[in-house]
Amino acid sequence: MSEPLLKVENLRIELTTRDGIAPVIDNLSFELNAGENISFVGESGCGKSMTALGIMGLLPEKIGRIASGSITFDGEDLTAASEARLKEIRGNDISMIFQEPMTSLNPVYTVGEQIAEVLRRHQGLSAAQAWTKAIELLDAVRIPNPQARVSDYPFQMSGGQRQRVMIAIALACEPKILIADEPTTALDVTVQAQIFDLLRDLQAETGTAIMLITHDMGAVAEMSERMIVMYAGSKAEEGRVDEVIEHARHPYTKGLISCVPHIMQTLTEERHKLTEIEGIVPSLREFGRNNCLFAARCELVEDRCLSERPPENGFGKTQKAACWRAEEV
Amino acid sequence: MSEQVKVPEEEVVEARSPFSEAWEMFRRNHAAMAGLVVLILIVIAAIIGPPLYAVDPFEMVWAPFSPPGVDGFILGTDYLGRDLVAALLGGARVSLIIGLAAAFVTVAIGVTVGALAGFYLGWVEEVLMRITEFFQVLPTLLFSMVIVALFGASLPMITFAIGVVSWPPVARITRAEFLRIRELEYVTASRASGAKNFKLMFSVILPNALPPIIVQSALMVGSAILFEAGLSFLGLTDPNVVSWGQVIGSNRQYILDAPYTVTIPGLAIFVTVLAISLVGDGLNDALNPKLRQR
Repeated sequence: MSEPLLKVENLRIELTTRDGIAPVIDNLSFELNAGENISFVGESGCGKSMTALGIMGLLPEKIGRIASGSITFDGEDLTAASEARLKEIRGNDISMIFQEPMTSLNPVYTVGEQIAEVLRRHQGLSAAQAWTKAIELLDAVRIPNPQARVSDYPFQMSGGQRQRVMIAIALACEPKILIADEPTTALDVTVQAQIFDLLRDLQAETGTAIMLITHDMGAVAEMSERMIVMYAGSKAEEGRVDEVIEHARHPYTKGLISCVPHIMQTLTEERHKLTEIEGIVPSLREFGRNNCLFAARCELVEDRCLSERPPENGFGKTQKAACWRAEEV
Repeated sequence: MSEQVKVPEEEVVEARSPFSEAWEMFRRNHAAMAGLVVLILIVIAAIIGPPLYAVDPFEMVWAPFSPPGVDGFILGTDYLGRDLVAALLGGARVSLIIGLAAAFVTVAIGVTVGALAGFYLGWVEEVLMRITEFFQVLPTLLFSMVIVALFGASLPMITFAIGVVSWPPVARITRAEFLRIRELEYVTASRASGAKNFKLMFSVILPNALPPIIVQSALMVGSAILFEAGLSFLGLTDPNVVSWGQVIGSNRQYILDAPYTVTIPGLAIFVTVLAISLVGDGLNDALNPKLRQR
């Protein structure tokens, strides 16, 4: 097999907090192949977004830094790349869309100007060419009447439309990787489905690899071939989506899957109790300790979980889980 | 008193640019519109006044202390027998030019310092903000007097002196806006699409930081006019041009004998600065989204 497009090895990202330095990402490794669609799932505060920002080189200034490990993109180590080089890569080779479409567009420019801007920056198009391309892109993301909407300001668009514009900006330069950080969290369910459809179609057309960050298991099942379950800054489980959902090897994954509410065919008097994973994600202070960070919430906890961090074990061809009792799960 | 509630007419939901929306708000503000009308009249008077009323404000055209309306001099003559109408029209030019130019200098320095401090943070911010504070605690009038006294009383130097002492508030406002806006998602989104720092500062963040800066600079024009009047009252003025403060200053010994000689230019300053303040206030209301469309 050829080299993966993106290879993250033993990545450790540290944040400086009031209580000292905490590893928000601890020893994370994964690979992303060209054109692949991978999902990152986990609760809030598990380091999914930090991973994305780390790859983009956009960690919070003065607070976050990559302490060790490497991020190899197309043979180039991004952790060693200069800021100028990263600026060339951002938006051109790797681009990103964000959670909040309502605030991710600059309110003082028309959407056309904002799409054209990226094209002029990275592709060196003239203003007129970029404008024409902007209209084409709006059409590609299925905004009706793109000739007129191109001169709209963001406030004249709905959340779903704005997210489409964000996707148009992100895909304008046909990047090799698109990082989608919870792209549909702020949107209605029907609009969510449309956005996912759009992303999938555009991926089929352009061959962009998508790194989808989400906490929606349904979205994962819809979108991705592979998934990585993050917990407290580390990878809990990795594998093909069908395999993981079929047979999760980590109690956390299992919990996440069982938390997805089901729509019942018939409504009975007493509703099913919703499943939940008791407890919360540990605070940053506890990250990086040499024990299983999920132990406090785990039903299968045993002594070993509290004294030593479980290593990653392989199951089948692609599945890996970091749990001492993965065999039994 | 019960006012009849006016039901808003059926409005076509039409897309409006932020500019036209602000203008709509401004137009509904009567005080601000009045200020704008007065200001436009003053500007017109300053532009077409001197060529139309061709009297040299420095020339002694009649006996001194001729009261307003007597002997054909609408506003009378000063202690040297110079026509006050000519002085007022000539002074309007100087006041407005100095007001605008000094506000421009103020904004140029203030926005640059504030933008750099608010964008780069760290030691850049520390150094720039300490410098800003240094300028802020200087007694402004004294400091500008020193500059003018040292480097000569010419219009550009007076403008520069006013600008140099007035920029700290603009710098602080700009920095505060930058600190707020730099954390917003669209700035991160711009970074994520590869925007360079200069671009981020001046074409992503600055346009969003403009409303309070515009308001501040409008008010700056008024205070620069007052400042110039103060300096020229103290004699620190370009002797080759007539200005309102200068007329007051040169006639101040005769304030009891001929009060109109200082009252008239004083009123001119008052009306101009009031008009500018009203416009500035109107801009504040129009550009502040919190006050919009209650």
